Amino acid sequence: MPEYPNRQFLNFEQPIKDLYEQIEQTKKLADKNAKVDYTQTIIQLQDSIVEKRREITENLTPWQRVQLSRHPDRPYTLKYINKMCTNFIELHGDRNVKDDKAMVGGFAQLAGETVMFIGQQKGVNTKMRQLRNFGMANPEGYRKALRLMRLAEKFNKPVITLIDTPGAFPGMEAEERGQGEAIARNIYEMIRLKVPVICVIIGEGASGGALGIGVGDKVLMLENSWYTVISPENCSSILWRSWDMKETAAEQLKLTSDNMFEFGLVDGVVPEPIGGAHWNYDEAALILKNYLVPIIKELKQIDPAERVKQRIEKFSKMGFWEELPE
Amino acid sequence: MKQEEDFESNLTGDKEKQEEAKQRWFRRIKKGILTSTSEKKETPEGLWTKCPECNYISTSADLRENLYVCQKCNHHHRIGSLEYYDIIFDNADYEELFDNIRSKDFLGFTDLKPYGKRLQDIWEKTDLTDSMRVAVGDVGGNTIVIACMDFEFIGGSLGSVMGEKFSRAVDFCIEHKYPYMVISKSGGARMMESAFSLMQLAKTSGKLSQLTDAGLPYISMLTDPTFGGISASFGMLGDLNIAEPGALIGFAGPRVIKETIKKDLPPGFQRSEFLLEHGFLDFIVDRKELKQKIAQLIVLFQG
Ligand SMILES: [Zn+2]
Repeated sequence: MPEYPNRQFLNFEQPIKDLYEQIEQTKKLADKNAKVDYTQTIIQLQDSIVEKRREITENLTPWQRVQLSRHPDRPYTLKYINKMCTNFIELHGDRNVKDDKAMVGGFAQLAGETVMFIGQQKGVNTKMRQLRNFGMANPEGYRKALRLMRLAEKFNKPVITLIDTPGAFPGMEAEERGQGEAIARNIYEMIRLKVPVICVIIGEGASGGALGIGVGDKVLMLENSWYTVISPENCSSILWRSWDMKETAAEQLKLTSDNMFEFGLVDGVVPEPIGGAHWNYDEAALILKNYLVPIIKELKQIDPAERVKQRIEKFSKMGFWEELPE
Repeated sequence: MKQEEDFESNLTGDKEKQEEAKQRWFRRIKKGILTSTSEKKETPEGLWTKCPECNYISTSADLRENLYVCQKCNHHHRIGSLEYYDIIFDNADYEELFDNIRSKDFLGFTDLKPYGKRLQDIWEKTDLTDSMRVAVGDVGGNTIVIACMDFEFIGGSLGSVMGEKFSRAVDFCIEHKYPYMVISKSGGARMMESAFSLMQLAKTSGKLSQLTDAGLPYISMLTDPTFGGISASFGMLGDLNIAEPGALIGFAGPRVIKETIKKDLPPGFQRSEFLLEHGFLDFIVDRKELKQKIAQLIVLFQG
């Protein structure tokens, strides 16, 4: 996890940066002036950083929430797996075309129990971001995910997916290899999968690209993640015919974790460390782990056929309509 | 050369923004008269229609006689659910199901126009209740349930109503042991229903899973255009995936792909023939053979 001064700050996080700078200045003063004790001042400033983090996240607009979900310091899938689990072994390839670096997965032990982890992976620096294709998987990524789910099913291990994608990749080769079919197949197979499936939106949950690994018995969202049918930018460009309405689109889409939970479209919201997951990776991973472990235990007690039935019923109820008298 | 079409504009449900896209399909106006919006001239013989592909001009009556397929270049004009039902069902005889389900603006979604107002406007202007109709009838003497999209209703977009009608159609098939067919024509998910529209992908896939367990066949027919949420769910999940000739079918729209790769797309990209070549379709069916092919398939599945 980057520490100041290597941290990056979003516009609305600027007041936190100012406080860090004040601490730096106070430290310099302390170095120059050995007679005065600045310890108390520094502690107070550090406290006010935590307070500021809390204050800022309490009053975020939906668009700012989207920005926070894309924070350059935010932890990604492999980070969570490594912090939550032991014995992680990454598995590669879809056995057909290639290994999609935007989609990762493998067996690991969570609280002593083997689970299959699958998730989109974003890059941590410019080079890695390109390698990971900004978390936008190609069909082979979805097919790799399906292969790993099948593997988990064969050995009766629960599946946990960590979702963080601005969407499935809209490229020419992706179309040639059936991006639509790959996502459709995953959705269909996931809803029938005989083992427990838990999905967590840890950052961006955009569209079919997210749902392609997002059909679970329990679907959770991290506090500062978002999940909807299209990114606010693309929604703005299609419905408003302009790229400038993304803030409004974010509001209209009601894409925050609170909204999604209120609508009954996700089953729970996982809190993040004060100010967001990027402030403390260990804590973020621990909180998530503490949510996942009891859910796995609970889901394992249900008969597989009953679990699939309940999963289908849960999604069957989603939607709103009016019924006129015949 | 096919002209570039911005079919996404139909998803806005905004008539003024659709001029270009509108040229490519037939519109059923409230009174049920079928007319082309591109080129129509009142003449004693009736309405004239120009083929968007080859500019061949025929009377609308002749075109209808030819199942809305251009006599000169075989271009398949875009048609709505009632036209498909007339073409496919024996004696054009069928019963519509679940037509009392209507969309609702649960989220209070407003883009350039409130969603509720948009719905109201379309209900007033057309005889459509939503972007999908479901009907049951006989084809070649065997009963089948056919769900068919109407592109005119907010670009055939997938929202809660389509998801619910789809679900009930599957339940109906399971109850009566009928095969199921869906004719798709859609720009994708209905953005005004936000995540609720996305969840219809999972909802419909879950219902298809039940259809599979009941051992009933599902035929997915893709027509021009079929994109986004449809191809990423039941559109691509047919026991058989079939398509009309020359239909534009894909996950991401051509505009988005072009903007991403910053290159022009090759001719024929994302057309039915391209999908067949890449292994995603079982066959392409000419509209004139459609009825007979479906009848044949039902027999094969039942025999
Ligand atoms: Zn023609």
